[in-house]
Amino acid sequence: MRYNNHVNRKTNQSHNPILLTVEDLHVYFSIREGWLSRQRATVKAVNGVNLSLQQGDVFGLVGESGCGKTTLGRAIVGLSPVSHGQILLKGRSIVGLTGQDAHERARQVQLIFQDPYSSLHPRKTVCDLVGVGLKLHGLANGYEIDEQVLAMLKRVGFNIDHLYRYAHEFSGGQRQRISLARALILRPKLLILDEPTSALDVSVQAQILNLLKEIRQEFNLTFLFISHDLGVIRYMSNRIGVMYLGHLVETGATSDVFEHPQHPYTQVLLSSLPSIDPDTPSNRTLLEGDPPTPIDPPPGCPFAQRCPGVKPICREQAPELIHHGNSPDHFTACHFPHVD
Amino acid sequence: MLLKDTPVTTDKLLSVQDLRVHFHTLRGIVHALEGVSFHLNRQETLGLAGETGCGKSVTARSVLRLIDPPGRIVSGRIIFEDRDILTLDDTAVRAIRGGEISMIMQEPKMSLNPVIRVGDQVAEALLIHDTSLNRSSARTQAEEMLTQMGIPEAHRTSRRYPHELSGGMAQRIMIAMMLVTRPKLLIADEPTSALDVTIQAQILALMDKLVQDIRTSVLMITHDLGVMAETCDRVAVMYAGNIVEMGAVRSVLKDPQHPYTQGLLKTVPDKANPDHPLYAIKGNVPSLLQPQNHCRFSDRCEYAMARCSREIPPVYQMTDDHEAACFLHDGQSISSGGKQVDLMNP
Repeated sequence: MRYNNHVNRKTNQSHNPILLTVEDLHVYFSIREGWLSRQRATVKAVNGVNLSLQQGDVFGLVGESGCGKTTLGRAIVGLSPVSHGQILLKGRSIVGLTGQDAHERARQVQLIFQDPYSSLHPRKTVCDLVGVGLKLHGLANGYEIDEQVLAMLKRVGFNIDHLYRYAHEFSGGQRQRISLARALILRPKLLILDEPTSALDVSVQAQILNLLKEIRQEFNLTFLFISHDLGVIRYMSNRIGVMYLGHLVETGATSDVFEHPQHPYTQVLLSSLPSIDPDTPSNRTLLEGDPPTPIDPPPGCPFAQRCPGVKPICREQAPELIHHGNSPDHFTACHFPHVD
Repeated sequence: MLLKDTPVTTDKLLSVQDLRVHFHTLRGIVHALEGVSFHLNRQETLGLAGETGCGKSVTARSVLRLIDPPGRIVSGRIIFEDRDILTLDDTAVRAIRGGEISMIMQEPKMSLNPVIRVGDQVAEALLIHDTSLNRSSARTQAEEMLTQMGIPEAHRTSRRYPHELSGGMAQRIMIAMMLVTRPKLLIADEPTSALDVTIQAQILALMDKLVQDIRTSVLMITHDLGVMAETCDRVAVMYAGNIVEMGAVRSVLKDPQHPYTQGLLKTVPDKANPDHPLYAIKGNVPSLLQPQNHCRFSDRCEYAMARCSREIPPVYQMTDDHEAACFLHDGQSISSGGKQVDLMNP
């Protein structure tokens, strides 16, 4: 069973309704140089990704730097150009929207950036930062804005004293709370969190992760949680997707993927994570070399160059994301998946 | 040759005693280190763990006397073998830097010179510390080192510039540059924090092998407790300019004795139950503008007592190789030795 059919079938089931569907998404960037900016090469940042998020899901997207996870997140918000494919929010396409439609999409889909030090305007007060969305979308006026801003700031752990301060007066964790308040005040449906805690220390990270879990319930949100930290992904998500070189190589329920990884890349990734328990035996698979670049990638399986179990067919034919194993929701793009 | 002068493993290579470092800023004096003491044995890997701003990097840089103004080493002793680094003249310190003590920085691309071929940068480290070498034999040695670092086509790679290399490759070059002089002590300041986990695993395995070969000691600075558990023999946990707990890696991670270490270990989400909220240490790191006159963790500590906000806790010795600076270990509140009160579930 292919992943697409699975997605379509699932819409008819009595599960939570599907909120977001990504169908065969391609995001390409062309590298231009020289006289008249001739196109020299194509970076295939996202290369045929299928995803579906049910209402209330926390979908964790993991992968190493350059695998396309951030580009995928940005494409959903409309910040990356979609070369091919479809993104549906509640069944309606959100690719290439303009005017009022784009405005409304911006309200419903909010993005939290990785670096809380560069994503807040340094010369605006917290009140302006958080309230600007209300003003732009015409959701409140005058003193209502201040009231709503204060209520939201209180929810994420601030008080009235913080209302007229500037971003530089806050620590990294506090700034990430401000970013969160700025997104939540618009009552979005979908929150895309791009490495929200990787710039933070572990003790602060724990506070932010707890807050995220609380507000997800409270505001009935759906999360696309992008991270390279497997521990954080495991704690936060109910479903995860593993990306490699622009492809989704494995997806399924978090417990299935962590306990029975089927794709060799997922297995390597999980074995690379150092454990804080000195008694855990480390049976690590070391990979040769660096990840290849997504500039004009070769045909076949994206992982073929580094895969420990590579066979001739892997270099010729790209495997499809299909269902393997016992769990109904576990899909792997590999010709020779490890199924137990 | 190596066997003959192999010292006994308990021999101290580095001993830092009561180190105090202050930064004179416009806002006042930042008391970055308030009496840090530890030692490092030969062929041992000591981990310095802690969060941003706790003083890990300042400690490491002090060992090489790399504290720039407005920072100043106020007092303390840094005994390397039999010399006090803080009283040596500049020429002597320069001979130690990169020769007997090397330092790997976090961002390899920031530490490499962008306009010099990487092979020449590795060879330069050799030429500076061994004046009898000529350029071509230094180059050959550098290339050998790159081959040992698992760099494919070492000859061709050594002719490249840093921007042509990936982060993992650049870090290999840095490590090659630092180990080619066979230092007695390697200071690694977050060597893998900027790298992906699969690359991190490669680099850590490689470092481990080379450190064994060269028989060097390592001072490993990391905020990643997993990396620490895998690479270190002993660890020191720092908080706000103090070492709050120190001991064998197994005993500190399995049986932490300071409330801060316990909290830190509980905040790691790796094995946490997703149905429960994560343990979070309440509050924020205190300002270091005040000189220390009490336990700096007391405001955030679950077990804080009245004396915690009045006195500086001394270091209590739990076992031969496990100590913690916390009043909970004063007198009878915790029995030392075999059975210990479980602070995690009081």
